[in-house]
Amino acid sequence: MLKTLGKICRTGIITEPPPLGDDSLRIIDALQSRILEILGRALCIRAIDAGSCNGCELEIHALNNPLYNIEGLGIRFVASPRHADLLLVTGPVAKNMEVALRRTYDATPDPKLVVAIGDCGCTGGIFGESYASCGRVANVIPVDVAVPGCPPSPRQILTGIVTAITEAVPQTSRLRQSG
Amino acid sequence: MALQRWFQKAAQNPEFYAGSVFAGAPQVLGLTVSPDAWQQAAEHVATGGGRLQALWASRDRDGHDIVRVAFIAEQGVLVLSLVVPATEADYPGIEQWFPSASRMQRAVADLSGLRSTDTDTRPWLRHAAWPQSFHPLIDAQTSPSPPAPVIDRYPFIPVEGDGVHEIPVGPVHAGIIEPGHFRFSVVGEKVLRLEERLGYAHKGIERRFTEFSLLSGHHLAARVCGDSAVAFSWAYCQALEGMAAAHLPNRAVWLRALALEMERLANHLGDLGAIANDAGFAFGLTQFSRLKEQLLRATEQTIGQRYLMDFVVPGGTRTDLSSAGVRLLIDAIELITPEVQALRAIYDEHAGLRDRFVGAGVVSSTLAAQLGLTGLAGRASGQAFDLRCDLPSDPYGDLVPKKIVRSEGDVAARLAVRFDEVTESTRLVQRILRELPTGSHQVTISTPSEDALGVGMIEGWRGPIFIALEAGADGMIRRCHPHDPSWQNWPVIEHAIIDNIVPDFPLINKSFNLSYSGHDL
Repeated sequence: MLKTLGKICRTGIITEPPPLGDDSLRIIDALQSRILEILGRALCIRAIDAGSCNGCELEIHALNNPLYNIEGLGIRFVASPRHADLLLVTGPVAKNMEVALRRTYDATPDPKLVVAIGDCGCTGGIFGESYASCGRVANVIPVDVAVPGCPPSPRQILTGIVTAITEAVPQTSRLRQSG
Repeated sequence: MALQRWFQKAAQNPEFYAGSVFAGAPQVLGLTVSPDAWQQAAEHVATGGGRLQALWASRDRDGHDIVRVAFIAEQGVLVLSLVVPATEADYPGIEQWFPSASRMQRAVADLSGLRSTDTDTRPWLRHAAWPQSFHPLIDAQTSPSPPAPVIDRYPFIPVEGDGVHEIPVGPVHAGIIEPGHFRFSVVGEKVLRLEERLGYAHKGIERRFTEFSLLSGHHLAARVCGDSAVAFSWAYCQALEGMAAAHLPNRAVWLRALALEMERLANHLGDLGAIANDAGFAFGLTQFSRLKEQLLRATEQTIGQRYLMDFVVPGGTRTDLSSAGVRLLIDAIELITPEVQALRAIYDEHAGLRDRFVGAGVVSSTLAAQLGLTGLAGRASGQAFDLRCDLPSDPYGDLVPKKIVRSEGDVAARLAVRFDEVTESTRLVQRILRELPTGSHQVTISTPSEDALGVGMIEGWRGPIFIALEAGADGMIRRCHPHDPSWQNWPVIEHAIIDNIVPDFPLINKSFNLSYSGHDL
């Protein structure tokens, strides 16, 4: 126990400022109050892998490490779409995941946001559209923000999430984007 | 010994069928066999202590359907090819000797339409997205999907009795995890049976390969399984370079080994934190995810990417490493090493953690051998196999890695193997950085001629990664079969969980950390 506490003390707080501009503290406040204004509580994200290679998942995991410390910004990952405000979707949508993705989207209460992650989520990427792949996420559910990269860095993913929450106005119902 | 005879036969057979000579990985021998010899060889390999590496099907230039199997034994790798006549519906299955062949054979039936004689004929990778009559690797047509997406009914094997109930989990999981379905049959908290259903991440990778040129297929290979990008792209390039009879400069293969060991380190550091987190010790996740992030940043600074998706290219590596980069990496590794040792001491002395790890998800050495458990998880259950030591490709003959083996087969053992492999990979990385040969990091290679066959085998962090490559006309890929060790190891988790409690499943599952995408293709 002493070793554990010692390690915690020696490690200290290593969280870096988020990618939001120069006056990071003020902007964190702004982001948090914007989140509170829209939601009245922390932003809850449900991650869905709709068929990715797992590369994007590794970088989404990294957002939880103490350097990016996404929870410190008032954003957390939840275990059910019922608890979520925002869906973070990776992969080209595998045909075998199409129904599951639609159902997860339907199970998420309005208002909701969708951020597609990675080249595959944006365009279908290297896998494209085929007998087994629906291609980009927007081919299956409406997407608010798409973050390219293979995989995008944690900073780029965080920027995408922040963009969705600060710039897009969540609507209770939206038309499906056309192909 | 019976097994030895097959290798001799393959080495001496002067009547090579054109489709039986495999270039690429060291010590690969090919043999075309009859249906009887196919099963006899499987039996001899099994009794002689050999293992199943992969089973796949392809169609040659003349339209012959061929089912192929790769076995690994002490003598090397034996690839058998069985030509399946069009009139004959089923080829002889080998499940009775190699239980993990079952799912591979079911996948072959889904994708190539060749059925084995084994009993489980349920579809595996095919759900409801395309009809049974469509075989993606054979049929020329493109997209026969049904008008509306549907969910099929998969016949899980039910468990009956007083108080038995089922818990279905997935395909969308509670964490940030790849998609898959687990069907638990439980009494109270105790798991009586787990049945997996995979294939949700199937995105048509094998068919997609045929749309790539031989010289560009490494980009797709690197994305078969994102956490093993270096291993898959290296295995692909190894097969390709063998087929093109290319000779790589020393610096190129040493740089590849550097990338492979960095990939192993990054994954192991991530898992060491995530496994502890699944036992409720968030401190472990915080510390190890910090170390992993440091390593990824050092990788990006020196090699140009956090995850090395496009570093290994045909003929060598995409970029070279500067002497400043070498120094930076040495410093980064030196910072991480003592921290890992300190954290290991904390893990080892934590009674609560030990209580969760020791005796959880046990796979005995006997069961592991019987089911063919491979790679890292295999080495935690006494299966002392590591391609880097057993069939080393350059530069591992020079590097001489230490093989890490435990016998307990529980979560604690899989954790301990990772700790020891971190130490060993750290040593290898430091040695590579100190002794990096001078010279070029890439040579130009020519396109292999049509019908050339190649095999690539690289020990990734999870286990042996295998690529079978066949050259088509005009420099295109005719067939590429990537094989992740998760194929062998997923069925073993169904055994590892028996008699454990449901809340220990995430912990046990994470201690294996198998790939969905690499398996589903």
